[in-house]
Amino acid sequence: MSNTQIATPRQELLYMVVLSAVVLTMPLWLQPFGAAYPDLMQKFMIFGIFAIGYNILFGLTGYLSFGHAAFLGVGSYTAVWSFKLLSMNVVPAIIFATLLAGLFAWLIGFVSLRRSGIYFSILTLAFAQMSYNLAYSVLTPITNGETGLQLNQADPRVIDRMAGIEATSGLPNTNLFGLEGTGYTGFYICAIILIVAFFISMRIFHSPFGMKLRAIKSNQTRMSYTGYNTRPYLLTAFIISGMYAGLAGSLLAMTDPLAGAERMQWTASGEVVLMTIFGGAGTLIGPLLGTGIIKYLENIFSAFNDSVLHNMFSFLPDWLNDILTAIISPFVGEGWQLLLGIVFMLIVIFLPGGLMEGYGKISRMIRDRRQKPADDGSSDTQHSTGEV
Amino acid sequence: MDAIFLQILNGLDKGGAYALIALGLTLVFGTLGVVNFAHGAIFMVGAFCAVTMEKILTISAKVKDPSVTFFDAYKETPYLELWFGKTGSAIIDWVVPISIIVSIPVMLGLGILMERTLIRYFYKRSHAEQILVTFGLAIVLQELVKTFFGANPIPISAPDIVAGSAAIGSWIGLSDAVVYPWWRLIYLLFSVVIISGVFSFLNFTTYGMVVRAGMADRETVELLGIDIERRFTIVFGLAAVVAGLAGVMYTPILPPDYHQGMDFLVLSFVVVVVGGMGSLRGAVAAGFLLGILQSFSSMTEVKSIIPGIDQIIIYLVAVIILLTRPRGLMGRRGVMEN
Repeated sequence: MSNTQIATPRQELLYMVVLSAVVLTMPLWLQPFGAAYPDLMQKFMIFGIFAIGYNILFGLTGYLSFGHAAFLGVGSYTAVWSFKLLSMNVVPAIIFATLLAGLFAWLIGFVSLRRSGIYFSILTLAFAQMSYNLAYSVLTPITNGETGLQLNQADPRVIDRMAGIEATSGLPNTNLFGLEGTGYTGFYICAIILIVAFFISMRIFHSPFGMKLRAIKSNQTRMSYTGYNTRPYLLTAFIISGMYAGLAGSLLAMTDPLAGAERMQWTASGEVVLMTIFGGAGTLIGPLLGTGIIKYLENIFSAFNDSVLHNMFSFLPDWLNDILTAIISPFVGEGWQLLLGIVFMLIVIFLPGGLMEGYGKISRMIRDRRQKPADDGSSDTQHSTGEV
Repeated sequence: MDAIFLQILNGLDKGGAYALIALGLTLVFGTLGVVNFAHGAIFMVGAFCAVTMEKILTISAKVKDPSVTFFDAYKETPYLELWFGKTGSAIIDWVVPISIIVSIPVMLGLGILMERTLIRYFYKRSHAEQILVTFGLAIVLQELVKTFFGANPIPISAPDIVAGSAAIGSWIGLSDAVVYPWWRLIYLLFSVVIISGVFSFLNFTTYGMVVRAGMADRETVELLGIDIERRFTIVFGLAAVVAGLAGVMYTPILPPDYHQGMDFLVLSFVVVVVGGMGSLRGAVAAGFLLGILQSFSSMTEVKSIIPGIDQIIIYLVAVIILLTRPRGLMGRRGVMEN
């Protein structure tokens, strides 16, 4: 199918070098797009990690989970608690968040994976909704309900106190051994974690384990007949993707130490599904691409309003300007979600493989056109056999 | 005893809404084999039919207020009141019943439009893709509503004549203190009527018989020379009407806002799963059952034993059912069991 399945170490190295270069130079090449500020780039990285993890489950096994936001939420809460109780250093926060999210994923996965297809989707949805409701009501002592969990100057921060670090005035900042967890350093921390996360996901994609997950997607019954018990593989994939979500949640808490229950709502799970599919589920780069584009467009379009539109079309005659503004304005600003919904529907209808499939189609078309003059006439038959 | 009786009523009431939405979901799944995540959005669109009706009926003119004499004061008066006086205000008062009549063709049209332009291309595609595309559609619908009506809930009131509460306790020999809002009683009655209407349509008409035959074995029905696809389109429209009516009737109980559909969707999916995928009776029974369970678990006595149970009871039941009896309470053997 796709050539990602067989990759030499050299190709992998190439991937990693290119990706690292692209990610680490983001502050430079995003400048002309007006997106080179840390807050947005952190979002690219964090949701990129989330989507990479989700892709390990959905892209490889085809199990459509609608509950991954719950793991993100668990990660966020754990990280904030670690900031409150232990230390403002992000290392324990990340470790605890990832582990706890993994544990959570193990519990939920153990139950949900007994079913497949739409039952699996509904089970994960039910669990996520359960966690969301609980976080809002009974678990208020842990989650601080609607206000969200926040830092406080009077928090114990045991390790920090032992090391003699006291919060001076105002709230302390998150840090990685002195490097601040916000701003550009925060972005670079996220970026390096993303690169590592991508590497792990790539290794999974190319490993025998990844192969088995793909086999489950293509035909689970056949897998069982071959003598494989598929459930442990599925559960492992589920836990790994849950841990990725927890990691992303803890990084969210690092850049902005506040955890709220709305991160766990099922529409938030829908967002990661959207980003993964948009880029191309089951491909390595797709989820990153989808995340980048959606978050970027969200940032651009939600800032638009009528006056910006008027300025944009100011070169047109007034009446045309007014009409255009009236047509476009429902889709930008507050209505950006409407545009997103429409684009998403178009993608699912015409390009179920996401942008990566679109890219593949276009590049094939260009190749065809180039070949045609070379061996005119005969290439058609060649290709029709090649497709099969 | 009084409390228990009231909780049962409460539960039946809530269950009525669940059952109506779940009925449509099951119908669509049973006939077209499509998992429709946009069904909650249809419920919401129904509710906003009532909002639109109210907006239309109360289009107002500025009229000089004669009661204020020392300066020129203007107040907004609906045209209907200006033209028809008392009759006009009565019409405005009865906005919900009127919207029910108006919403039937609207929802039927919307349903058929959805099916013809989008859903039918997804018959042959995987359930995951069906879920995704209808999820996208749900986002589009709710964002459209948000663009036109804003993000805040819009209160709509029931006709004045049924605004109060019924002294239901004295009817059946309980204490007079047991009262229940009229509108909720009407809602319960309404959902029972609609549900029995749908069932009799399917069971006692030739058209319904053909539809049921198509649900059981589509291919054979087609071989008999019946255009089953057209009938299924009508069934999709019917499901949309049922959900839409449920939405219209629910407006006096809960002021509609744009994401109401999503909230109901998750619950009604759980209801469908508990009842058994593709089983209409199961969906209705599970709807009422889960409604009652939910209202009982929100009693303070229960909550003091297991805190937070009211928030999760429905999902918990669904998880247990799915693990122990995957085909649901009344699902047929072998239908979507894994």
